[in-house]
Amino acid sequence: MRTEEDLLTVRHAVRAATVEVGFGLVDQTRVVTAASELARNAYVHGGGGTVTLDYPREPSGRRGLRLTVKDEGPGIADLDAALTDGFTTGSGLGHGLGGARRLMDEFTVRTGPGEGTVVVVTRWAVR
Amino acid sequence: MNGHRSPGVPILRLGDVLVTGLLNELDDRTAIAFTEELTERISAEGARGVLIDISRLEVIDSFVARTLMELTTVARLLGARVIVAGMRPPVAITLVELGIELVGVETALNPEQGLAALGWRQAQQPLEGARRGTAR
Repeated sequence: MRTEEDLLTVRHAVRAATVEVGFGLVDQTRVVTAASELARNAYVHGGGGTVTLDYPREPSGRRGLRLTVKDEGPGIADLDAALTDGFTTGSGLGHGLGGARRLMDEFTVRTGPGEGTVVVVTRWAVR
Repeated sequence: MNGHRSPGVPILRLGDVLVTGLLNELDDRTAIAFTEELTERISAEGARGVLIDISRLEVIDSFVARTLMELTTVARLLGARVIVAGMRPPVAITLVELGIELVGVETALNPEQGLAALGWRQAQQPLEGARRGTAR
């Protein structure tokens, strides 16, 4: 992701992936919205970055979609604060990171000053 | 793409109400351009109400939500009432889970109910001339 148009490209790719995995309409919307928030974070705060899609499968056969959103920006100094609703240093509403966590089943962040940020989120399909 | 970009969305005028809609391919810059154009039109045409159809929007993230809230506030300062109509149910569910309430933004189930709330009424009967021309 280097430009604003790339945010739309990310949404398209993630929407197509949710359809591929067999998500219902509400889950599609949840995952695309979470992707939009995380991609914008990486674009605005991280100066751009990459989004990787994976298709994990549980031993039970349940399928999922995993997004890894990575940037090499300044990192998040206070992660707890950044996960709190209403906290923002950018142009959103401050619901981006915490909101993405609520929209997905699994959520992990690796970040630190000067280390960039990697957010990994997964949503599992309902069977 | 640089400089001003037209939002590419028609803004129709019905009496003192402006009617428009947002398309799904809404990027950040287009959202800002749309806000600016709509604000200009409200002022220039003395609009009393604005109806925004969002039934085409498949995603409302926090940026789009903020744009809608700011637009509503700016319109109110100009004396116009904004109603956002036609939100898709999955979008409504996702907004609630994101923790966004669209504070101050009036909503309607569909454009027809939104227009009714703005005081716009459908004619009870077709006009004399229109009826004569209708073949059934």
